Amino acid sequence: MMVCTLMEVTATSRHYVDRLFDPDPQNVLQGVIDMKNAVIGNNRQKANLIVLGAVPRLLYLLQQSSSSLELRTECAVVLGSLAMGTENNIKSLVDCHIIPALLQGLLCSDLIFIEACLRCLRTVFISPVTPVQLLYTDPTVIPHLMSLLSRSQHTQEYITQIFAHCCKTPEHQTVLFNHGAIQNIAPLLISPSFKVRMQALKCFSVLAYENAQVSMTLVNVLVDGEQLSQVFVRMMQRDKPIEMQLTAAKCLTYMCRAGAIRTDDNCIVLKTLPCLVRMCSKERLLEERVEGAETLAYLMEPDIELQRIASVTDHLVSMLADYFKYPSSVSAITDIKRLDHDLKHAHELRQAAFKLYASLGSNDEDIRKKITETENMMDRIVSGLSESSIKVRLAAVRCLHSLSRSVQQLRTSFHDHAVWKPLMKLLQNAPDEVLVMASSTLCNLLLEFSPSKEPILESGVIELLCSLTQSDSPALRVNGIWALMNMAFQADQKVKVEIVRALGTEQLFRLLSDPDTNVLMKTLGLLRNLLSTRPHIDQVMSSHGKQIMQAVTLILEGEHSIEVKEQTLCILANIADGNTAKELIMTNDDMLQKIKYYMGHSNVKLQLAATFCISNLIWNEEDGSQERQDKLRDMGFVDILHKLTQASDPNLCDRAKTAMQQYLA
Amino acid sequence: MAELGAGSLLTGDPAFNYQEHELNERLKRLYPAVNEEETPLPRSWSPKDKYSYIGLSQNNLRVHYKGHGKNHKDAASVRAIHPIPAACGIYYFEVKIVSKGRDGYMGIGLSAQGVNMNRLPGWDKHSYGYHGDDGHSFCSSGTGQPYGPTFTTGDVIGCCVNLINNTCFYTKNGQSLGVAFTDLPPNLYPTVGLQTPGEIVDANFGQQPFVFDIEDYMSEWRAKIHSMIARFPIGERLGDWQAVLQNMVSSYLVHHGYCATAMAFASATETMIQEDQTSIKNRQSIQKLVLAGRVGEAIDATQQLYPGLLEHNPNLLFMLKCRQFVEMVNGTDSEVRCFSVRSPKSQDSYLGSPNLSPRHGATNAHLHNTGADSPTCSNGVTPTNKNKSHNKYTGVSSASSSPSSSPSSVNYSESNSTDSTKSQPHSATSNQETSDSEMEIEAEHYSNGVTESSTRIMNGTYKHQEILQADDSSVGNGVADDSCSSRQLCGGNQAATERMIQFGRELQALSEQLCRQYGKNATHKKMLQSLRICPNSLHSCWLWVRPPSACS
Repeated sequence: MMVCTLMEVTATSRHYVDRLFDPDPQNVLQGVIDMKNAVIGNNRQKANLIVLGAVPRLLYLLQQSSSSLELRTECAVVLGSLAMGTENNIKSLVDCHIIPALLQGLLCSDLIFIEACLRCLRTVFISPVTPVQLLYTDPTVIPHLMSLLSRSQHTQEYITQIFAHCCKTPEHQTVLFNHGAIQNIAPLLISPSFKVRMQALKCFSVLAYENAQVSMTLVNVLVDGEQLSQVFVRMMQRDKPIEMQLTAAKCLTYMCRAGAIRTDDNCIVLKTLPCLVRMCSKERLLEERVEGAETLAYLMEPDIELQRIASVTDHLVSMLADYFKYPSSVSAITDIKRLDHDLKHAHELRQAAFKLYASLGSNDEDIRKKITETENMMDRIVSGLSESSIKVRLAAVRCLHSLSRSVQQLRTSFHDHAVWKPLMKLLQNAPDEVLVMASSTLCNLLLEFSPSKEPILESGVIELLCSLTQSDSPALRVNGIWALMNMAFQADQKVKVEIVRALGTEQLFRLLSDPDTNVLMKTLGLLRNLLSTRPHIDQVMSSHGKQIMQAVTLILEGEHSIEVKEQTLCILANIADGNTAKELIMTNDDMLQKIKYYMGHSNVKLQLAATFCISNLIWNEEDGSQERQDKLRDMGFVDILHKLTQASDPNLCDRAKTAMQQYLA
Repeated sequence: MAELGAGSLLTGDPAFNYQEHELNERLKRLYPAVNEEETPLPRSWSPKDKYSYIGLSQNNLRVHYKGHGKNHKDAASVRAIHPIPAACGIYYFEVKIVSKGRDGYMGIGLSAQGVNMNRLPGWDKHSYGYHGDDGHSFCSSGTGQPYGPTFTTGDVIGCCVNLINNTCFYTKNGQSLGVAFTDLPPNLYPTVGLQTPGEIVDANFGQQPFVFDIEDYMSEWRAKIHSMIARFPIGERLGDWQAVLQNMVSSYLVHHGYCATAMAFASATETMIQEDQTSIKNRQSIQKLVLAGRVGEAIDATQQLYPGLLEHNPNLLFMLKCRQFVEMVNGTDSEVRCFSVRSPKSQDSYLGSPNLSPRHGATNAHLHNTGADSPTCSNGVTPTNKNKSHNKYTGVSSASSSPSSSPSSVNYSESNSTDSTKSQPHSATSNQETSDSEMEIEAEHYSNGVTESSTRIMNGTYKHQEILQADDSSVGNGVADDSCSSRQLCGGNQAATERMIQFGRELQALSEQLCRQYGKNATHKKMLQSLRICPNSLHSCWLWVRPPSACS
């Protein structure tokens, strides 16, 4: 039976295609019209016609200038109908070069024909399978589309919809912007047609996204004498359709993030933010809640005041807890369809909620507390860290990172829930973006006062961190060395030795010449932490003294910022505090000359660090202090110290006086 | 008086006239449905309805504290001059904190007429407040719930009452803080309370533009309701409208069990009634049992007459059992009342069943009797054995044995409710009595309703609601009633108390079972919690568990 009907369909389809080749143009026209009626809403028929090769013939007829306008229009309509089918249909159409043919058709003067072509183009372009680049290959297309915007409401709707879908990169934004997209589309925001208003609004949201140039221009645009931001505010009114409110809020969010609107502007504080919070409420569709939460997270990311306001608006923090309740136990029992829907959105909802929590808690301690006190929050983060969806994992670790900036949370909830365990697991074989966040969180967990520090150390984290310092990504190198630095702070001898061993002196020196200043600074910090307390100093210097002194010399001679040199001099001062280690400096006249130079430097910080170093060398109570004092006096240090006691900086002055006293005693 | 003088002086001021004009315009725009001749809108604080520690100025819009502010006993409130009219739909006012004074113990909210003014809003029954010092919301309770941020000098706090769904939310500096209260009673007054010296707040009842965009919020609700109406289209055909209207009337009558009226309506309009007449009557009798506090019997009757109904609605059964528990405590429910031999009728029906499970046959017969207007449908306390029971149980008479079954008491209770407005002046003082006495009175009315004839039972419920709104007015009378003082748990009977405790355990078990089957249910938890505090304060269980379920 099935085969039989299938064959029948194919037979009738064949008939439709055959008629396209009729010598009589009138018959061809009638054939196209019949085909149009046959394919509406019939996906199988559409697929059949495509397989039987109707598309190239239709395109041929559409492009022939000898065809009547009516025939060409009907061809475009049928093609548009075929495009409405499955994704496979779209692929076949694109493969037959439908896009250039239709774009060519737009050059015709007949409005009905243009509208038919645009409708079909619109359907093709909004499909995810169509490469958007095809819109930009011919540079004359965009200006021509702009000029067609004035023709009719239909052209406006289709063209703005195409723009809204095909503007994906900063380059696309620039092309559209340079061809006057803003001036041409702005008036459409007050079009009598809802569809046109909506598509125009979507255009602005994609144009303004992370684009300062567009955003700055938008604030100055007037529509019918009204500022554009006010038009957007009106579109966010609570009786407007949700889609419109949400998209208008996105526009204002992007303009705000691009710096075109201040974060304390009323249209942000009193309109955009509350609108986005409303989008997170239970009454909204799951998709809307995801978009609302993501946009809100983006809006307030850099601004603590917005974070504070959002945290008290409409119980947002507890409202977000609902995002984790999908699929709900009720939907599992009662409604398969709903369960399916819930399942599909569950990941998206969770990652959106984590993102928003991360953004909310990024600065304010009270908000962090409120978040961790939300029902099962820490458990949710912990399970989020090991979810299969990478988006959820990334968002969960972002959230954890945000909360890890709190001393109190590190000491309490982080420890109680052993978050370090899933975090360590996440660090194995994760993609770079997850790794950056996770290692950054680990840095905080390794802070001296964090109770998680011990168990993390025991889990063999050192090797992992050392491997991070060899990464190509500067962010990962910084996090790796930063974590090691935190780990070495006031650590046991055993840990320090382990760090030096695992990292290897070679890698240590490679990091000291890292092009990234952050990496260099943290490496110096690590050295400083390694060289603290006398027995440790002597121990490290006895095994690695030569290389360290070399590295110090290199940095002091090189072109580096004040901060880097200060840090290096501090390391030197630490070395000078050792028992045996100080001999490495005393026997190095070149180094002593450098110290002398920095004592006379114009920067007080460097002077202070250098003086500190000398002070350590001449300290009375230690063996051989007399000889060192004598040698340094001979080198002229006493004169410099004397001069420094007159320094205007009180710290420096004090330091120099203390040093001088060593000679007097 | 000086303040009032200052107010009248300003009337000639053009600036004031302008403000007055602004106010009128804004109120008209915000609340177009309100007829101010019948239900005037609040426009200022009332110089009369306030505690003595409150001072008013600036046309009775500015409130300052002038007491000692030593402790919470020095708290003072003021109500607006009028209650919020129901026709507002959505009502909104704002208060600006001019100065937080010494400690900033300020409460902003709502309260009913007659609620004690020597308190901050939210501490008492029918009083609701949001407090500045801790940001907590107080819903008729001395302990607050974490709600929003704290507020202080310079902040503008708004309070929005949604009379469509009976909720309330606050705003701070134009940001909505989310729902604070649900199930609000009608006729609330805007209220502020202050507690320490130096506290000053200014009200904005519409004199100035609001910081929060309330019109936007209203527009959302307007759109919501329009779309809700649009979802019920009416056919185009001739007579469709009429059919809809008739169906509406008929279903209302059937639902509420107005059997005869429904029959008459059906024959006049030549329509059909969906439900069987006996079924309507059965429902009516079950309703009467519930209203009479004989929930146990009501449950049995339901199981008998509508098998499967409660099995399919375990939540309903749970609610009923909660109610039954309350009635046991109060001594009205038959499961405990049979111990005290108050009601010969119920005792008869339970004679053969010492295990307390009622014989369905007997109950049933009883029910069919009550369908008609027979006097036996009262709680069984007939005048003849009234004396007997009094003799037997002198001093332990419970609410159900109070003289309410006599005709005179019917009048008495009626006058109570009708006089409620007149007796207000005295309620302010009587209110300071213990809350227990307040509760007694409610119970009193309740049993009154029971003992009236069956048609009166319906009246009883309505009265009951009225009492809920303005029950403070009856406190004065209640204190005078000597039957109150002798009130005891389950009528003071030991066996009944034990039975009650056992029942309570069963209830807990049922809740746990439901929880396992259907997941957690916040309403259930709330119900059980409210029951748990019963032994300490009977008052609270009356307050919480007074159910809408009594009507179904």
